[in-house]
Amino acid sequence: MADGSHTLPLAVTPLNALHRAAGARMVPFAGYDMPVQYPDGILAEHLHTRAQAGLFDVSHMGQAFLSGANVIARFETLVPGDIAALAQGGIRYTQLLNDEGGILDDMMVTRLSDDRLFLVVNAACKNQDFAHIARALPDLKLDVLDTRALLALQGPVAASVLSMLLPGVELMPFMSAKNFTHAGVELYISRSGYTGEDGYEISVPDAQAESFAQSLLADARVKWIGLGARDSLRLEAGLCLYGHDIDTTTTPIEGDLIWSISKRRRADGGFPGAARVQQHISVGAPRKRVGLALDGKAPAREGADIADSTGAIVGRVTSGGFAPSLQKPIAMGYVDAAHAAVGTELNLIVRGKPLPAHVVAFPFVPTRYYRGK
Amino acid sequence: MSETRYTKDHEYIRVEGDVGTVGITDFAQKQLGDVVFVELPQAGKAVAKGAEAAVVESVKAASEVYAPVSGEVVDVNSAIEGQPGLVNEDPSGKGWFLKLKITNKAELADLMDEAAYNSFVSSCS
Repeated sequence: MADGSHTLPLAVTPLNALHRAAGARMVPFAGYDMPVQYPDGILAEHLHTRAQAGLFDVSHMGQAFLSGANVIARFETLVPGDIAALAQGGIRYTQLLNDEGGILDDMMVTRLSDDRLFLVVNAACKNQDFAHIARALPDLKLDVLDTRALLALQGPVAASVLSMLLPGVELMPFMSAKNFTHAGVELYISRSGYTGEDGYEISVPDAQAESFAQSLLADARVKWIGLGARDSLRLEAGLCLYGHDIDTTTTPIEGDLIWSISKRRRADGGFPGAARVQQHISVGAPRKRVGLALDGKAPAREGADIADSTGAIVGRVTSGGFAPSLQKPIAMGYVDAAHAAVGTELNLIVRGKPLPAHVVAFPFVPTRYYRGK
Repeated sequence: MSETRYTKDHEYIRVEGDVGTVGITDFAQKQLGDVVFVELPQAGKAVAKGAEAAVVESVKAASEVYAPVSGEVVDVNSAIEGQPGLVNEDPSGKGWFLKLKITNKAELADLMDEAAYNSFVSSCS
């Protein structure tokens, strides 16, 4: 998880002291000193999140407001997501694309009003993302929120826990956002996350981050969860890790993210690289990200070659490991289009040996998002 | 009477007569985190000192277990194939990896004794 920025001093989040007090093992990640795991370990943290509620410090991620006239139409020139179709307070997962339709970053966009969006982007990409947005949309106002922490509370009891502090959050549908006031502090609450569970992301001012985290942790059902379990949780949910499963060389169609592009935007284009993306939609992408279930017990990691039954290399693993909820190894990776159908039998080459696997549909573990009653 | 020696890669070898029991240290299992898979060699395999003898995988990553000395694998702990968590729970006991018939006991002199290993570990953390 090292990120190569070891020559720079690591940044810390407002929750650093709490992580250390909780016994976290800290590692450098995207230029930040972050908790990879706590004393319970990754397996226990993962399973706790699936059973109860996990609290994640994701303050290293980038948060910003983008505002101005026609912000929705203007922002749609950078992403293939349908922002115009969002209701006020609705959230969309989308991607910033380059001129070849390659993915610069993936992100969450909230439509706060007709002239204001809230963006949450990956930590490792945030500086270049914000520079790209500011350069491409000079007529709009980009306010980077560098004095707010971001917490994620994820798991089947997340709504029960958070509603004790913030009555009403339990009624929010998944992928919607709303502001709440707690102890005089304005919180931006999104019912969203990246674990496959129901849950929330909570943007809180730096100065109140520690006390708010402590009020969540006062509930016995809530435990700190580190980056290690965050990775295994998102892998089971079939979600991409930027820089591994998607990057500037992959289009959203190759990345199996076509679900994040509406019918209108597929037809009308109007985003960077639209011609290539539309070509991938109409005639098919040359390769595709697929889920891989291994038949045996040995995990295959990022970088493992994927071979067909004749031994020919047809792709490569981009994320892989042991799935704690399934008690077996899973992976995702890119294979050429001829080998991407569910059920295709493939071998993942680990330490020179072929490990039998087959293509499966995402997610590996059913998602449990709250769609409203 | 047994004597335990340690490598800089955090393997131990507990020597009784001509046979050494090889595993990873408590420090190593803590660094690895939850062990989810081990790959053990076939009995009868000859391994050279410093060569890969087994593989241990945690949730996070795969690591090699190197032979602390040269020898022939005479037994493996198949219990940890079914229950990899034993490596975390009891690394020096039920979580052992393999037994080696030692080719050249003089190689043991290159390894650390417990006191030297303990001070080596404190310099690692």
